[in-house]
Amino acid sequence: MTNERKIRNLAESDRRLLMDRSVPGRSAITFPEIGVPEQLLPPKELLREDVNLPELSQLEVVRYFTRLSQLNYSVDTNFYPLGSCTMKYNPKINDQVASIPGLAFLHPMSMEEASQGALKLLYQLQGYLEEITGMKAVSLAPMAGAQAELAGILTIRAYHLDRKDHGRRVMLIPDSAHGTNPSSAAMAGFHVASIPSDSKGNIDIKMLKRMVGNDLAGIMLTLPTTLGLFEPEIAEIARIIHEAGGLVYGDGANMNALLGQVKMGSLGFDVMHLNLHKTFSTPHGGGGPGAGPLCVGDKLALYIPSPVVVRLDVNEKERFSFVRPERSIGKVGAFHGNFGVLVRAYAYIRTLGADGLKQISEDAVLNANYLMTRLKDKYDVSYDRVCMHEVVLSARKQKERGVRGIDIAKRLLDYGFHAPTMYFPLIVDEALMIEPTETETKETLDDFIDALLAIDQETMVTPELVTGAPYTTPVSRLDEVLAARKPDLGWKPLND
Amino acid sequence: MVSPYNPNTSADRLEILRAIGVSSVQELFADVPFEYRDSKLELPSSLSEMELLSDLEGLAAQNRHTLQGPSFLGAGSYNHYVPSVVQAIASRGEFLTAYTPYQPEVSQGTLQVAYEFQTLIGQLFNMDVANTGLYDGATSLAEAALMACRITKRYRVAYIDTLSPAYKDVLETYTIPQGIEVYGVPNSMEVLSSDTACLIVQSPNFLGYMEDLNLLGGLVHKTGALLIVSTDPIAMGMFRPPGDYEADIVVAEGQPLGVPVGFGGPYIGLFTCKSEYLRQMPGRIVGRTVDHDGRTGYVLTLQTREQHIRRERATSNICTSQALISLMVTVYLALVGKRGIRRLSEICYHRAHYAASLLVEIPGYSTFSNGTFFKEFVLECPLPARDINLQLLDRGITGGLDVNHLVPNGMLLCFTEQNTRQDIELLVNTLAGIR
Amino acid sequence: MYPADRKYTKDHEWIMVESGSLALVGITQYAQEQLGDVVFVDIIAVGSTVSQGGKLGEIESVKAVSDLFSPVIGEIVEINNQIMDHPELINEDPHGRGWVVRITPKDPLEIDSLMSGEEYMDYLATIG
Repeated sequence: MTNERKIRNLAESDRRLLMDRSVPGRSAITFPEIGVPEQLLPPKELLREDVNLPELSQLEVVRYFTRLSQLNYSVDTNFYPLGSCTMKYNPKINDQVASIPGLAFLHPMSMEEASQGALKLLYQLQGYLEEITGMKAVSLAPMAGAQAELAGILTIRAYHLDRKDHGRRVMLIPDSAHGTNPSSAAMAGFHVASIPSDSKGNIDIKMLKRMVGNDLAGIMLTLPTTLGLFEPEIAEIARIIHEAGGLVYGDGANMNALLGQVKMGSLGFDVMHLNLHKTFSTPHGGGGPGAGPLCVGDKLALYIPSPVVVRLDVNEKERFSFVRPERSIGKVGAFHGNFGVLVRAYAYIRTLGADGLKQISEDAVLNANYLMTRLKDKYDVSYDRVCMHEVVLSARKQKERGVRGIDIAKRLLDYGFHAPTMYFPLIVDEALMIEPTETETKETLDDFIDALLAIDQETMVTPELVTGAPYTTPVSRLDEVLAARKPDLGWKPLND
Repeated sequence: MVSPYNPNTSADRLEILRAIGVSSVQELFADVPFEYRDSKLELPSSLSEMELLSDLEGLAAQNRHTLQGPSFLGAGSYNHYVPSVVQAIASRGEFLTAYTPYQPEVSQGTLQVAYEFQTLIGQLFNMDVANTGLYDGATSLAEAALMACRITKRYRVAYIDTLSPAYKDVLETYTIPQGIEVYGVPNSMEVLSSDTACLIVQSPNFLGYMEDLNLLGGLVHKTGALLIVSTDPIAMGMFRPPGDYEADIVVAEGQPLGVPVGFGGPYIGLFTCKSEYLRQMPGRIVGRTVDHDGRTGYVLTLQTREQHIRRERATSNICTSQALISLMVTVYLALVGKRGIRRLSEICYHRAHYAASLLVEIPGYSTFSNGTFFKEFVLECPLPARDINLQLLDRGITGGLDVNHLVPNGMLLCFTEQNTRQDIELLVNTLAGIR
Repeated sequence: MYPADRKYTKDHEWIMVESGSLALVGITQYAQEQLGDVVFVDIIAVGSTVSQGGKLGEIESVKAVSDLFSPVIGEIVEINNQIMDHPELINEDPHGRGWVVRITPKDPLEIDSLMSGEEYMDYLATIG
């Protein structure tokens, strides 16, 4: 591995933007004629002179976007050891079934009579997720994990208000939580109080007991925690919260460790969300779409986002309908959720069945512990205990040699791997959070281990090689300070 | 069952266990208290790929979709044509299975597309800046209202009451918990109270006609409030964009731009605003910069607004949004271009107006509209829309949305470039024959 | 490192009296190091009054946002325009050209009760 710069697939012309490529008179698609007698146009003052969009030929559009795609890493092309993102394989059959016309071209406001197949699919998916989580009701409406968190916190709010319990303004959140947790709680109108973790990476229960009071609305917990560790005292924590009159929210981002092992519902969670674009294999799309089904116990079933699907057989014939839960917090989107994502998750669960799902958590945990075992000599492990589906390492040792976590992340790109999750959780110094998932071969894991070990060697012998990385990507490190100081957020014509 | 998605063989597992130094996988779950271990999952048995396909084809066959016969349903989700190139590009694994571009060096494809998206959406609405998209049109509107409250430090939000009922529902879901009051006004001439943060106008509105935006910006700004407009991106091909009317924030549902109706999602919320409000804008933003060697590159920027840094003080909690859909929209806009979007909007306008002119000739039918309509209008029918729709369905036609709760016996009909003259005349003749 | 001509707060601000009724406020060397490259500064309006510990505004870097608090009760008379266009001045010269606001302190004695340069350095040692 040299530090010779080999730029992959990037030509000057690749950076030429659509508006600069535009040539008047070119056309990339044809549309039919107006086809009907022309009608009276609206008054001229309502009409637009010109629309500033480019004019290109079809091949140019195809080539431009195809070449851009080649600048990306992706699960299809590279291993992503991103902790808490669960970058597992996105099965192609799931994409294929999502594009079946009867699903892809079904209008959301179709009459019930004309959409029973879609409604049945959603109803069944609700049922599978109830079974997997041990919860009693599911809303498939939230369009991402963060939106589900907001909706879930709102159900807790609705619950307390219904009981005229107006003083419960505080949401407890561990200092290790993902940023969406406190921001969702704040969006729901709560005050956030942070609970510290103890030296073993678990919630400090003594502190917790001191923090619960009459103003407690609830607690938000991630399980396994964002450190990739199981909270052995989880049932006790739930008990403490319930005794104080609060409810327990579960961030299900790390469900990959628990599928078929534990049901969150029986641990005392009142409400939780799942990330279908993590645990349930739906593709990340470069930043979405995802889906965040909200799963609740009996206490909160009346409050979940609208709509949910119910089954009310008519004349012994199956019949599925959308209904609004009796005291629903309302709609969280104009329609019924990210159906195209829900279809993929349905297909995934049907493909794997109970045995297949259980195998996921076993292999995910196995693979993560394998990485930890082979890397812990050279990279600090923050908590010396068995991890679950992800392991948090620290680049503390390497920092002493002048190489930081970010440098190691960039150097990994040269070895053909995406970086792990960096600098999260905030409570670990120079954190690298690694989650292999169950879909990687042992050979890939060994290659990844070899790369990290080689980089560690580099930090001792040629640290500047690491701090100057990456060398083989289409661009080197980018000036993020400039981007924030002088925001350039869209193409401008040259004479501007 | 050997899962095709789990490569670990028994031999692999043994080797890994040996390396870790435990004798079984279950030892790795030791932290989970025994009394909570529950591996019983009552789920249907696993299916092979062929069987799975068969199951889903079976479910799909029970649905009547928009390619199967003439469809006149709109109401926020539109049966516009999805070009082949859009599907081809969006199904490339390098886009579809990529992660959020937190490591920009290996995400220049995703990032440059996002920059193009921001450019084209800003130009479409004639607004200064756009973000990379939110969940959908309704949540974009809700986020716009929250943003207006943050900027003005006021806690009331007004909307003109021709707003989509679903959008109003979502708006309330997001605003009520923060102590914000949402209230409807009948038209834009209502004087806003001095504690109102913004006026929301949807144009074209839910019933299909354009609201009068002329002079509205000035009136609203005089009270110190912001003007928020929710619009239709295809209408931007012929109608003046809200940016021309001094709107502070312009939002829309992006689904009409190359995204299949898909039973409601995934779609994308378009969000644009004036440059002075940039730092209050929610969602991800991509900026252009240079690398160490002076090469042009793109990065996520102004991230300090977002949840992963600001946490409880973030402008929004949004993390994953709809990046792949923004790719589809960008490809679509590149394909249709300046002349395509004009032609499309004209087709929709003329066909909708032609249909209206024929429908009002049928005894018992009239149109309901308080202004210029674009591609949708409400047909006032002699019987409930639901009854008519059942009869239309029998004849292979999907009628418009039943809006009886807004207009008695009203049916909201939509006409796009996918509705041919023959489709329209079939609808007219069929309605004429229904009693 | 921490000049004797001014006083310091636990929130890593400094305040330096210019004449009898005016004082400059800024952030310390330590604060700018922690923040990283400053990209944007947002201050409340000139003419506003603030309490001791009241929020003057925010200083934003690429990776964080920091609240700026007023060391004393006072009224804002001027904001340093230079740092609006050149936020990097805060990193380059936090105690000099990177000053943030000029205020009129209500009670000059309040300033006396703040930390000296030596006391601030001792304080930095305790927070590691």
